[in-house]
Parts: sequence; structure tokens; C-alpha cells
Amino acid sequence: MTINWFKYASPASFYFLAGRMIPYFTALAIILLVAGLYVGFFVAPTDFQQGEAYRIIFIHVPAAWMSMFLYTVMAFWAGVGLAFNTRLSSMVASAIAPTGAMFAFLALWTGAWWGKPMWGTWWVWDARLTSELILFFLYIGFMSLQAAIDDPKRADKAGAIIALVGVVNVPIIYFSVQWWNTLHQGASVSMIQSPKMATAMLSGMLIMTLAAWMYSIVVILIRTRLIILERERHTAWVSELREGVLE
Amino acid sequence: MIWWIIKRDLLLAMRRRSDVLTTLFFFIIVVSLFPLGVSPEPDILRIMASGVVWVAALLASMLSLGRIFSGDYADGTLEQMLLSPVSLAELVTGKTIAHWLVTGVPLVLMAPVLGIQYDLPGNALLVLTLSLLLGTPVLSLIGAIGAALTLGLRGGGVLVSILVLPLYIPVLIFGTSAVEASSTGMEFGAHFSILGAFLLVSIVFSPWATAASLRISMN
Repeated sequence: MTINWFKYASPASFYFLAGRMIPYFTALAIILLVAGLYVGFFVAPTDFQQGEAYRIIFIHVPAAWMSMFLYTVMAFWAGVGLAFNTRLSSMVASAIAPTGAMFAFLALWTGAWWGKPMWGTWWVWDARLTSELILFFLYIGFMSLQAAIDDPKRADKAGAIIALVGVVNVPIIYFSVQWWNTLHQGASVSMIQSPKMATAMLSGMLIMTLAAWMYSIVVILIRTRLIILERERHTAWVSELREGVLE
Repeated sequence: MIWWIIKRDLLLAMRRRSDVLTTLFFFIIVVSLFPLGVSPEPDILRIMASGVVWVAALLASMLSLGRIFSGDYADGTLEQMLLSPVSLAELVTGKTIAHWLVTGVPLVLMAPVLGIQYDLPGNALLVLTLSLLLGTPVLSLIGAIGAALTLGLRGGGVLVSILVLPLYIPVLIFGTSAVEASSTGMEFGAHFSILGAFLLVSIVFSPWATAASLRISMN
């Protein structure tokens, strides 16, 4: 038996596959979110140094992780789209960008909220904060490039190149920022690294990360479906869909 | 072929000397604004100097990026270059080198003068100039990718800054810290090694990415 791997590379069939997958991932996201919040607020102990304020890590750390993870996923799909000329991959890549940027922004925002009570300041030029900010800029660059190009084919490919250039540069930027930081940073402020994180804290954080992951999948699938509809609006199957022939 | 392209682009630039001078004067003006805006105290100036000169060089190099391809794009030469049997990456390398000779080299030559305005000691002036000499070609090489991607787009000039400036950050960091290291009497050879590594890596990868971007933009 040969499996037709390319069946779902067609936007038309992926549209329906995504439609079937969305409810499951939504359910997973909600369950994980509730579980994660419960662990985060009621199970995880109060930190003896940071008090209750540390609990923002349950959203901050997943957001930061997801923003980095989504950038590589986006570059991967954009690269696949560029290499194999599969339209769907490029659509998925452009669907990922806003969610990734949102998580990057969320990480910066929650970082500021955590920094105010902990460090006494909204912002420090810490290595991680700075690289997160630059990552946010890279997302913005990707999105504004795609938004400026009217021809979707050119937009996909141009976006792919800038995403790939970005993904090559992310480690370079990360290490140069870290190096710059060690050079300039006084000893006054440093990320507090608890050597042993309580198991409940760690598991809360991991559950929240999974929740954020599932949420990203749901939102990306929804956005991909919309992009498919927008780009394929002249095709027969979309007009059939509109007339309610297809279900 | 590379030489031919470089010679041609240089000739074109020399016929329109004002374009070259505009970039250079932009660089000089931006650098001169900071003492007015921050403070004319020599102690503060010495601390700011490398950062200000480098950021101004970044901006000046970025502003002139449009010129790499837009002229040839407007009169159809670029299309002929794409059709020609010569490797596009090679042509792109030539054009990027020409861009650096026209915009980067004047900045490098001007930097010591501006450094004197900022009361930098002689040693730091030398390091600043050398770091710009190593760093500005990287700016042209990375910028060429952005210029190729935004070719012919509305609002391309602002867009290219969003695309390119985040990618310039490593060069900025190592360029400025080389100067800082030298003025505090530390070893700065490592900074130069890393800047040189950036240069080599971007020479290898950037013309290739730029050529691919041009193909996409010209489709």
C-alpha cells in the first residue's frame, strides 16, 4: 500500500483536514490551560525569595519558548515552500508569524511586569530580554515584508528568504548579545536562577507550555484556513463551499 | 566579470557624485547631532563616540541600499543581467563591492575626523577606523539581500530598515566593543577576528541569497 503523502499538501484537502483537527486541539488547549493554571496558582508553592510575583513565569516562560520555537517552525515551512514550491507550506508560514510575534510581545510584556517588583525597573538590557526584543523585530520584518507585496507568490518567496536569513542570524545575534551583556552588565542585576526548581513549579510551567503549543496550533490552523479561502476564492471548490454544496 | 561590474558601477556613481556625497554628509550630520543633543563634555563624548559613529554608519549604509539595484531595475539593465549567462551571484558580488566602495569607504575615511570631534585618543581612532573597515562591507553584503527583496515595492525604503537593521546588530556590537576594549587598554584582536569571520561568512552566503531574492523580485 502506498500512502499518498501529498494529499494534504493541496490547500483544498488541507482545509477540511484542518477543520476536523481544530476541535481536538481546542479541547486539548483548554484542558491543559485549566490544568496548568490550577497547578500554577494552587499547587506550586510560594517562592521564598520572590513571593507570589514569580507566578508570572507560568505565562512568561511558555511565551518566550513558544516565540523562539515558532520562529524556527515558521522558517522551516517557509523554506519548504521555497524549495518544493508547495503553496500550503508558505501559507502555514505566514499563518505562524502573527502568533509568534504575539508570544514574543507577551514575553516582553510579562517580563516587564515581573521585572518591576523584582528588579525595581520595567526594563533592563539583560541578554535574554534584548534577544527577545530582536526576535520580535524579526517577526515584524517578516510580516511587514509580506504585507508590502501584493503578489502572494512573490510575498511567500520573499518572506521565505528573510525568514531563512533570520534563522541563520538568530544564534549569531543571541551569542553576540549575550557576550555584549556580560561585558556591560554590572553585578547588581542578574536573572535569578533557582538551582532546584520545585517539581510543582516546573510541571506547571511545562503544562502551560503545552497549552500554549496547542493554542498556537489551533490559531495557526484557523488562520491557515482563512488564508486558503482568501487565496483560493476564485476556485470551484470555494464557490461550492459558499453555496453550501460541500460540507 | 566582477571587475567589469565594479568598474561600471563606480563610473555610474562618479557621474552622479552628489549621491555619494549625500550619504557621506548624512553620516557627518548625524554624528554631529549627538553632542548637541546629549552633552559636549569630553568625558561623555569619549564614551559615546564609538557607538554614535557606528550607529550613524549603519544608518548611512542602510539609506544608500536602495541605490544598489534600483537604477538598473528602472532602466531594465537588471533584467538583462538576470538573462545573461554569467552567474547572477557573481554580478551581485560585483555590485555589492561597488556599493561598499562608494558608500562604505568614504565613511571609513571620514571616521577618524569625526572621532577627533569626540576627543578619542589616537589609538582608539585607529581601532575605530579599522573596525569600520572590516564591518562596513558586511553591512553592504547583508543590506544587499534586503535591497533585493524590497525592489520595486511601495515604501521599500522604510521596509528595508526594518528588515536589515536587526541583522546589523552583531556587527554593531563587535565594532563598538573593539573600540571600547582598546580605550580601556584591553586586547581587541578577538573583536577583529569575529568581525572578520562575519565578513567571510557574509561574502559566502549573501551574494547567493541576494541573487535568489532578485530572481523572486523580478519574476
